[in-house]
Amino acid sequence: MRFVDEFRDADKAHALAAKIAALCEPGRQYKLMEVCGGHTHTIYKHGLEDYLPESITLVHGPGCPVCVIPMGRVDDAIHLASQPDVIMTSFGDMMRVPGSGGSFFDANAEGTSIRMVYSPLDSLKIARQNPDKQVVFMAIGFETTAPSTAMTMLRAAREGLTNFSVFCNHVTIIPAIKAILDSPDLRLDGFIGPGHVSTVIGCRPYEFIAAEYGKPVVVAGFEPLDILQSIYMLMVQLAQGRSEVENQYSRVVPWDGNLAALKAIGETMELRPYFEWRGLGFISHSALKVREQYAAMDAELLFQVPGVRVADPKACQCGEVLKGVLKPWECKVFGTACTPETPIGTCMVSPEGACAAYYNFGRMNRNRVAEVSAS
Amino acid sequence: MCLGIPGEVIELHPEQPDLAKVDVSGVRRMINIGLLTDDPPVPGEWVLIHVGFALSKIDEREAAAAMEFLEGIGKAYEDEIAALRESLIE
Repeated sequence: MRFVDEFRDADKAHALAAKIAALCEPGRQYKLMEVCGGHTHTIYKHGLEDYLPESITLVHGPGCPVCVIPMGRVDDAIHLASQPDVIMTSFGDMMRVPGSGGSFFDANAEGTSIRMVYSPLDSLKIARQNPDKQVVFMAIGFETTAPSTAMTMLRAAREGLTNFSVFCNHVTIIPAIKAILDSPDLRLDGFIGPGHVSTVIGCRPYEFIAAEYGKPVVVAGFEPLDILQSIYMLMVQLAQGRSEVENQYSRVVPWDGNLAALKAIGETMELRPYFEWRGLGFISHSALKVREQYAAMDAELLFQVPGVRVADPKACQCGEVLKGVLKPWECKVFGTACTPETPIGTCMVSPEGACAAYYNFGRMNRNRVAEVSAS
Repeated sequence: MCLGIPGEVIELHPEQPDLAKVDVSGVRRMINIGLLTDDPPVPGEWVLIHVGFALSKIDEREAAAAMEFLEGIGKAYEDEIAALRESLIE
C-alpha cells in the first residue's frame, strides 16, 4: 500500500489542483482530451474533474478499442464464425458487443463456435488440437494488442500451422487523433496521451500534433496524481505558449517505444487504405491488415467476408461520445435504455468505454457535487 | 484486454527462451517475453503483460500502483484474471 499512497496523496492532489488553477488565464476556456479509456476510468473513479477549475473541460477520446469497432465488423465476424468447420477465438471483451443480429454470445447460442481466449497464443493451441478445423482469431485492439497478434502469426508460421488465420481489426491511434484534430466539431487545446499504447509506439508519433497543430501532448500514467500532473504539464505549456510532446509516464514508457514490437507488427501487417470507425466514419490509413506474405493467415482472403455496413441504432450516440462532442450523460438513452446490463452502444459494453466508466463511477460524484452545490 | 496487467517473473525456461512463468495476483501462468529480448526480465522482476505478452519491464512500486488501479476497475479485471486462469500458452 505504501507504494500506491504516493500516487494518491490527497494533499499532493490539492497542491497540484491549486497550481493548475493558478495557470488558467481569466476568461479562457480549456479543452483537454484524454485519448485513452483507461484514463477516462481514473478521471471518473476519482472524481478528478472536481479538482479542476470550471474553465478546464476534460474531453473523452476514442481510445477504447472495443468501442470503435463498427457494428458491420461484428456481423462480418459472426458470418466468418458460422462457416463450416470454423472455430473463432476472441478476447472476452468482444463477446457482448452487439452486431445488427446479436452478439458473439447470441451467435454461440445459435450454434456457432466463438471461444474466448486470454491471448492470441491460446488460439494456436486450439488450432493444434483441432487439425480438421480452421481457427480464426478475431484480432482487435490498438498498438497494445497488435504486437501479440503479430508474434502469434510469426510463431504459427515457424510451426508451419496451416489451420490458423487472423480476422484483422487492429486500429492505430494516430490517424484517429488526426481525424479529431481535423474535425470542425471540436476545438481542443491539448492531449493527455495514452499510456500503454505509448509503451509500444513511444512518444515520437505524437510530434506532429505539437509541430503541425500547435497542441501540446503529455503522455500520462493511470494514477490520479499522474493525470493531474499531466494536466499541470499541459497547462504550463499553454501558459508559456509552447507545444511539445512530454512524457509524464517515463517510468514505463520509453521515448522510442518497443522496437521489437514495432518490428513484429511491420513484418506481418500493413496499413489499410481506410477503415471504418464507429462514430468517426472512414479514416484513411487507420487500421492494419495482414501483409501479403502472410496471405495464408488472412481470414479475409481465406473466406468470403460480406463487408456489411450497418448504421448504428438511431438512439445510440456513441459516435458523438467517441469524438468527445457529447458527454456520456448527454446521450438520450444513457442510463435508461442503455446500461452495462443491456448495452445499446459499445461505449457502455466495454469497461474502458466512457459511458460504462461514467455509469459505474462518475454519476455518483456528479450527484454528490450537485447535492453540495444545492445545499 | 487493452490495459497491461503486472506480473512478477517466477521462472525462466532455458529450453524455451521466449517463455516465462509469471505470478499475476496469485495466478501462475506462462507468458511470452519475446518482445523484451533487448533486456530480458529475470525472476523477481516485474513486467506489464498485454494478452499474454510482456511489453515492458516495470519496478515493484509501479506494479503495486497498476494492480491497485486494475482492482479498482472491478469486473473487467476479474474477467481478465479468469481468462488468464484458462490460458495455456506453451
